[in-house]
Amino acid sequence: MPAGAGGDRGGVARADLPVTVIGWSLAAVAVLAGVGVLAALVTPRRARPVFVGAATAGIGVAGLVAGVAALSGQAFQARLPGLLPLVGVRLEVDPLGGWFVAVSGGVLAAAALYGIGYAGGGHGPSGRSTQAALPVFAAALVLAPAAAAVSTLLVLWELMALASLVLILAEHRTRPAVAEAGWWYAVLTHAGFVAILLGLVLYSADAGGDSFTDLRAAHPSPALRGVVFVLVLAGFGSKAGLVPLHVWLPRAHAEAPSPVSAILSAAMVNLGAYGVIRVGLDLLGGGSRWWWLLVLALGAVSALYGILQAAVAADLKRLLAYSTVENMGLVFLGLGAAGTFATSGAPALAALALAAALLHVLNHAGFKALLFTAAGGVLRATGTRDLDALGGLRTRMPATTVLFAVGALGAAALPPGNGFVSEWLLLQSLVHALPAGGAVVAVAMPVAVAVVALTAGLAVAAFVKALGVGFFARPRSGAAASARESPPPMLAAMGLLAAACVGLALAPTAVGPALSRAVGAATHHPATVIGGGVSLRLAGIAGTMSPLLIAVAVLVAIVVCALATRLASGRVARRRAVPLWDCGAGPPTSRMQYTATSFAEPLQRVFDDVLAPETDVDVTPHTESAYLVARMAYRVRVPDRVEHALYAPIGAAARRLGRLGPVLANGSVHRYLAYGFFGVTGLLLVLAVTR
Amino acid sequence: MNGAALIATTVQVVVVVTGAPVLVGLMRQVQARLEGRAGAGIGQPWRDLRKLLRRAPASPTGTGWPFRLAPLLLVGTSSVLAAVTPLLSTASPLDHTADLFAVVGLLALGTVTLALAALDTGTAFGGMGASREVTILALVEPTILVAVLALSARVGSTNLSEIVSTTLHDPLRVASPASLLAAAALLIVVIAETGRLPVDNPATHLELTMIHEAMILEYAGRDLALVELAAAMRLSILLGLLTSLFVPWGIAGADLAMLPLALAAFVAKVAALGVALGAAEVFIAKLRLFRVPELLAGSFVLAVLAVATSFFFLA
Repeated sequence: MPAGAGGDRGGVARADLPVTVIGWSLAAVAVLAGVGVLAALVTPRRARPVFVGAATAGIGVAGLVAGVAALSGQAFQARLPGLLPLVGVRLEVDPLGGWFVAVSGGVLAAAALYGIGYAGGGHGPSGRSTQAALPVFAAALVLAPAAAAVSTLLVLWELMALASLVLILAEHRTRPAVAEAGWWYAVLTHAGFVAILLGLVLYSADAGGDSFTDLRAAHPSPALRGVVFVLVLAGFGSKAGLVPLHVWLPRAHAEAPSPVSAILSAAMVNLGAYGVIRVGLDLLGGGSRWWWLLVLALGAVSALYGILQAAVAADLKRLLAYSTVENMGLVFLGLGAAGTFATSGAPALAALALAAALLHVLNHAGFKALLFTAAGGVLRATGTRDLDALGGLRTRMPATTVLFAVGALGAAALPPGNGFVSEWLLLQSLVHALPAGGAVVAVAMPVAVAVVALTAGLAVAAFVKALGVGFFARPRSGAAASARESPPPMLAAMGLLAAACVGLALAPTAVGPALSRAVGAATHHPATVIGGGVSLRLAGIAGTMSPLLIAVAVLVAIVVCALATRLASGRVARRRAVPLWDCGAGPPTSRMQYTATSFAEPLQRVFDDVLAPETDVDVTPHTESAYLVARMAYRVRVPDRVEHALYAPIGAAARRLGRLGPVLANGSVHRYLAYGFFGVTGLLLVLAVTR
Repeated sequence: MNGAALIATTVQVVVVVTGAPVLVGLMRQVQARLEGRAGAGIGQPWRDLRKLLRRAPASPTGTGWPFRLAPLLLVGTSSVLAAVTPLLSTASPLDHTADLFAVVGLLALGTVTLALAALDTGTAFGGMGASREVTILALVEPTILVAVLALSARVGSTNLSEIVSTTLHDPLRVASPASLLAAAALLIVVIAETGRLPVDNPATHLELTMIHEAMILEYAGRDLALVELAAAMRLSILLGLLTSLFVPWGIAGADLAMLPLALAAFVAKVAALGVALGAAEVFIAKLRLFRVPELLAGSFVLAVLAVATSFFFLA
């Protein structure tokens, strides 16, 4: 046999293999989901979390492999006609989908490992239905970005929503707040589903087919495109937690079991961004500028409102959930900027803004999963999420404290954290927009820069509070004082996430090629967006920054400074242990410390008009005299204002509508017959007039 | 060329470290004379630092690594800032490492470590200082970044050396409305960031009005020396950055021969600005804490106006 033929065959084999890597990985996801459900149903309660966790972690790893394979340039398409009646299932993993599959996979793998440790010792959910829902949720999460047809996407989307609802409701027996969170989530996620369904069905009816290939080839009228986009934006926006559709998020993410919170906050909300990129940029091909200005405005409002609520929140998990609203807001701000640039004829800037949004999805997934898992460790160890009752965990849970600090550095968008890199990219794309086009851009972009800046500043405040009040200082309650470090599987999972955060923070250029491919798949203009080795270089913009060198420089400066002070201080002056001075008043008790509420009070006062806090002072006088105070109680609550202003009237209207029911259907057969009669007559009349 | 740039950067760091306490001493001396006191002389901050450096640092009960690490991190970030900002030369080898955004981020990182250290002490004053400091930090951030946008829009880059070089080549730009507005905005921000009047009073002894001082109440000896040195360094770096951005004349390129001239120009400019600030502080009182946001909102408006005018001048 000639050598050339063998070489050819080898080439074919090499070309085939990658296709099967993605295919096999997705098949493994499906099989492992089945195994996981089976394991949840048959294994005994004690062993259940281990088996289910292992299956879910396997799903995550398989998703990560599939995503990375897609991002390294391999394509995968499959049609399984028998799986879904009438239309069949279509799957396709392109680099854009691969980006989200990989992010979900990574988060799932770490969260599942964490869940194994979390469930041990009577903590966490180990009920049959909850455990069975976990692998289903994981599989839907990994497969949804791989859907290549409207029907497939919708089925997976609904599967994801239902499975996650079961998981959120895991602890509904012990706390009534869980049931309430479940209600909010169920209603908003299904309203979102209906919006997506309507939008995509309208679109595919016009296109004459429901596969994404058909949709890309279709040319609907501008009006229909606008309607489809707004519907889809509302639907995906509710999943991503954009204001004013965010109200479910701080409830559900705070009340869900912590591993589930991490998956919801770090993986599920991303799919909202994925949906808007897929439909708006890829399928609809950009569209009009007002779409993207709308996305930009929604993103800006969400970012600001989310972080403002996080800055005044005293509940650790609620703070993290509101920070998710903020970060999704930043992602949508980036998407809006990308779309605006694309429709203003600046494709290089559009690619940069989209890259910033995608990178922020990845970075946010890393640090938010880490923060939620660390917060879960605190919740497990102390039984409380209330920052006002925490503190002193630095000595009791040293590893968790360091890990939380790594995540907080990323979330506060300070160098050298991973959040800083993507916010830097986002700011670069916004700053360079000024010469690029039109008065609209010239007004929108400085406002966007100011929003990102204020968001970054408030994020610093929120996370200084979370870390400084929650973990440092002295314990503010007995539960915090007797906390114990998390078990090894939890710490291992957090360690993996922290390593990912550090890697992304110091070597963001490592994901550069993958990011460029994902951006190219979304905009249909393949180009290198981010390059460079040690320093980050941007295509088309004279901007460089090297997080690695910054970190090294700071480290070197610290070491030099430490050595220099040793030398300068002459004779060895040993560090003395002394009591707290506290301006001569000390030693203060732990009740004298600043709490999370008092820490946030100045900010709450500055943003009084936006937050509208409710304060309440109860003065109980002595029975002998009204002038002698026996007891005073001061209460301050910062309710979600959007919820009050928007959803309370909607709820009231729904209730009024519900009360019409008994009036209309009072049980009288005569009345029902009359309804039938008038209905049919009316219909006939309408038909007679219109035909 | 690289060797020369390295020397220039080293000189920059050395000048900032040695000169920063002198600048503080100069400002105090100007204030003392204007208030009719003799003053301790401009070398007094250095004498204080020498005294503190010889004393043992203290670890108050209940504090841990955040408390101990903060002084080192504060000086570390300040040194890196002194190396990357074009104070004497635009040819820093670290030039492509950090742009204006990274500089703002590093400044904030220093503030945050000190706030965390203050929270770690678990005292009421520490928490109070930290809470106030991060509130001001959060409100300052938009102004800084929008002013950065105004400055970088005309250059097309956020790289510090490029902004400075472009101004050097086209001096008339400094007189443009955008540049003047941005300068005014940044000046207010610098005052807030360095804890000067009317935002914070560095000479106060009344704990309830403190911001920066409240955070460092528990530090002693070597640690306190480092914190004081870092605060002085931040002041001179920020004043130096202001002069570099708006009056860059005298800054050298990669040419070592120009370095002495650049040094003289830098010292003269920063000293002049410091004297002006010190003199102005004599005539103003500290603002109430909840009036500070109004001041910062004013500076934000200036920065937005700067962006708007820079757009119209570009268009």
